[in-house]
Amino acid sequence: MSKTVLTVDDSRTMRDMLKVALTTAGYTVIQAEDGQHGLDVLAGSQPDVIITDINMPRLDGFGFIEGVRGDSRMRAVPILVLSTESDVEKKQRARAAGATGWIVKPFDPVKLVDAVRRVAA
Amino acid sequence: MDALAEIKQTFFQECEEQLVELETGLLAIEAGDHDSEVVNAVFRAVHSVKGGAGAFNLTDLVHFAHTFENAMDLVRVGRLAPAPPLVRVMLRAADILADLVRAARADAPHDAARAAAVAAELTACCAEAAPKGAKATAVGSVAAAAPEPAADDAFEFVPLAVDLSDFGDLAPMPGLNRFRITFRPRPELYAKGNDTVILMRELALLGDALVTCDTGGLPGLADIDPEGAYFGWTVMLETERDEAAVREIFDFVEWDSTLEVEPVAAPAPAEPDEEEFVFEPIPLDELPDLGPPDLDPPAPAPGEAEPSQAVVVPLRAAEPAAVPAAADAATEHRPAAQASPTIRVDLDRVDRLIDLVGELVINQAMLAERVNEAGLARMSQVAVGLDELEQLTREIQDSVMAIRAQPVKSVFQRMPRLAREVAMQVGKSVRLVTEGENTEVDKTVIERLSDPLTHMIRNAIDHGLERPEVRLAAGKPEEGQVRLSALHRSGRIVIEISDDGAGINRERVRAIAVEKGLIPPDTKLTDEETDNLIFLPGFSTAATISDISGRGVGMDVVKRSIQALGGRISIASVPGKGSTFTMSLPLTLAVLDGMVVTVAGHTLVIPLTAIVEILLPKATEVHGFGGNARVIGVRNGFIPLVDVGEVMGFRGSLEDARAGVALLVEIEGGARSALLVDAIQGQRQVVIKSLESNYGHVPGIAAATILGDGRVALILDVDTVAAAGSRVGSPDLTLALAG
Repeated sequence: MSKTVLTVDDSRTMRDMLKVALTTAGYTVIQAEDGQHGLDVLAGSQPDVIITDINMPRLDGFGFIEGVRGDSRMRAVPILVLSTESDVEKKQRARAAGATGWIVKPFDPVKLVDAVRRVAA
Repeated sequence: MDALAEIKQTFFQECEEQLVELETGLLAIEAGDHDSEVVNAVFRAVHSVKGGAGAFNLTDLVHFAHTFENAMDLVRVGRLAPAPPLVRVMLRAADILADLVRAARADAPHDAARAAAVAAELTACCAEAAPKGAKATAVGSVAAAAPEPAADDAFEFVPLAVDLSDFGDLAPMPGLNRFRITFRPRPELYAKGNDTVILMRELALLGDALVTCDTGGLPGLADIDPEGAYFGWTVMLETERDEAAVREIFDFVEWDSTLEVEPVAAPAPAEPDEEEFVFEPIPLDELPDLGPPDLDPPAPAPGEAEPSQAVVVPLRAAEPAAVPAAADAATEHRPAAQASPTIRVDLDRVDRLIDLVGELVINQAMLAERVNEAGLARMSQVAVGLDELEQLTREIQDSVMAIRAQPVKSVFQRMPRLAREVAMQVGKSVRLVTEGENTEVDKTVIERLSDPLTHMIRNAIDHGLERPEVRLAAGKPEEGQVRLSALHRSGRIVIEISDDGAGINRERVRAIAVEKGLIPPDTKLTDEETDNLIFLPGFSTAATISDISGRGVGMDVVKRSIQALGGRISIASVPGKGSTFTMSLPLTLAVLDGMVVTVAGHTLVIPLTAIVEILLPKATEVHGFGGNARVIGVRNGFIPLVDVGEVMGFRGSLEDARAGVALLVEIEGGARSALLVDAIQGQRQVVIKSLESNYGHVPGIAAATILGDGRVALILDVDTVAAAGSRVGSPDLTLALAG
């Protein structure tokens, strides 16, 4: 019953790092390259946790979170925001959009997994 | 760690892509495109580089990227206008960023002073930014009041105004700490995917927890909002951890709940709240089973009814009918509009495929010849089938060649930076315009284009464009323009480099050529011929050899490298208006259009690109001079006549040149030579087979090919053959005389 995490990030490096950290911890990882792609992927999957970047082309993290929260099937899925932004304003916007929590880049794999565990039932 | 090293490689690859994005974006901004999407793309590029660099502890890179990002962010929020001076600083910053990435990749040192200088410039630009609030985005009062968190690399702790002064110095107490935690979530907490039960589980991990649920707020059934939050919890926690550890658990939910964490001095029994409905404390093990919270990979338990991830849940079917409110947004899902997917393939495999297709082409040609020999009717089934095969073969060949084809973008991309640097060094202002960068050509051609293009762009800026004051005096804009374009024309790629400078100074070119002994002083030359003098070896127009153009390579080297690719280069210049260099190159190096000729019973192929003209020598035109040397009179000049059969050692000299055909070819340095062969068989596309890798180097032979009849034919190295046969002639003289 390994849990599934959807990671949404336009950076291949970041996607790879997330994947390694999460699969090592026993999670199944599915990936998307930007917010729009994330919503497309969600149409065919049901992750337990979503981790998303903020700055992305096509549809940014805020828009993506709103999209997820607007989908009755997905609205209760915990969403962690992954961003280098340490500024409160951005975090506030992410929260307003419906983010569950956040992880600050660069992350340490232990802390990442810790954060996922803290929101995943 | 292997996986990490691999990711690091990915990071560097990605950096290269981001750097391209960055430069493209900045150039677009410089050109006046202030669209927010362009600005955002530039910001994202810097941001991504910084993010990845942070993960690999590339501190220099992170710091520089951070400074850059700050400036870019100010532009993004509209507090800093992307004026030309700022964009120029940013372009330089992009160059530094590229240097830093490469230094990090090679683990080599970088020019820290230069990076610091540009960083300082960026910071100076930022200082000019409009004050926050002038056009900054609206900030909620809570957020504005909250101070910037200090630690970047940890979970961020958002300070909450909790007055702890009453508790004195109780916080860091050795031994067991006791806390009373009262927690009342608001509906928003659940709406954001948080869950109280998880928080309680986390608390229980810290020590002994006694959880009391306060259900006092629960209204009557009719009044219950299914999405409301009616419960509150009180937790008595005994833990070795401090208050910060407790608060960290509520880090994500503080905004959406009322939270109080009070240190409790004495191990008093849990005082139930004085509410009316008080429930008995629920032991933690009676909480819903959430599964093990540990980090170990959960073992797949047999018989557990967890739905597999592979199951696709139909969007509509899965929707609970009771929640129509938020369902509307679900229709937002659009089908994926992604860029066409790509795969990475080992180059060797592609080359192998190209080889095989080459074999196929040859085989198909052989088959066609056999069928022809068999004397079958043109409309016979076999002949028709063969036609189709030929069609297919050609299509396969084209498709395979297309795999190796790449846009010239990869080379063109490097030029803006070069132009900037050269312009800075020579104190000129330049705008480089590139066009047709998506034009595709064989990978090898692209790789070998880089040096000639670099040199020509340098030349265009250094020699082509006038100094700013001269330009202004001539009524031109101060900023010079160099245009680099690529396009496909009749099966070849044509690359043009043009400048709007002064054009070629023909008097000066001529004077230099005479002075260097390249042409006799009394030679009469057309304008075009004069322009072509710059391609002669040893020609350099710069009065002083500058750092830019004087690197020992002249236009002759450029011309030779273009010719080595089977290409041609020409120049057109208008005084006062500028010069245009045009290069025409084959799209691939795997096939070649050749003239198939016979020399002393041998079949040879001469590259069509080298051939200028075909002549039937007349007795009156061929003149012998000095030993065996002969020249042929072409219009009003003489060109060395080279007997290919003799040079290749097939036979002795052909006594009567009239028995053969002369192919006028252009060789290195722009000289011309007439190659004498016995007969012409025809013109054909041939597949190039390397002779070096299959046999060895043969002077005078460039490569080999296999003809339709299965015989190997050698492809002539025109330059070497012509040079071997015309030692007596002066190529420079020939150039000057031949038109």
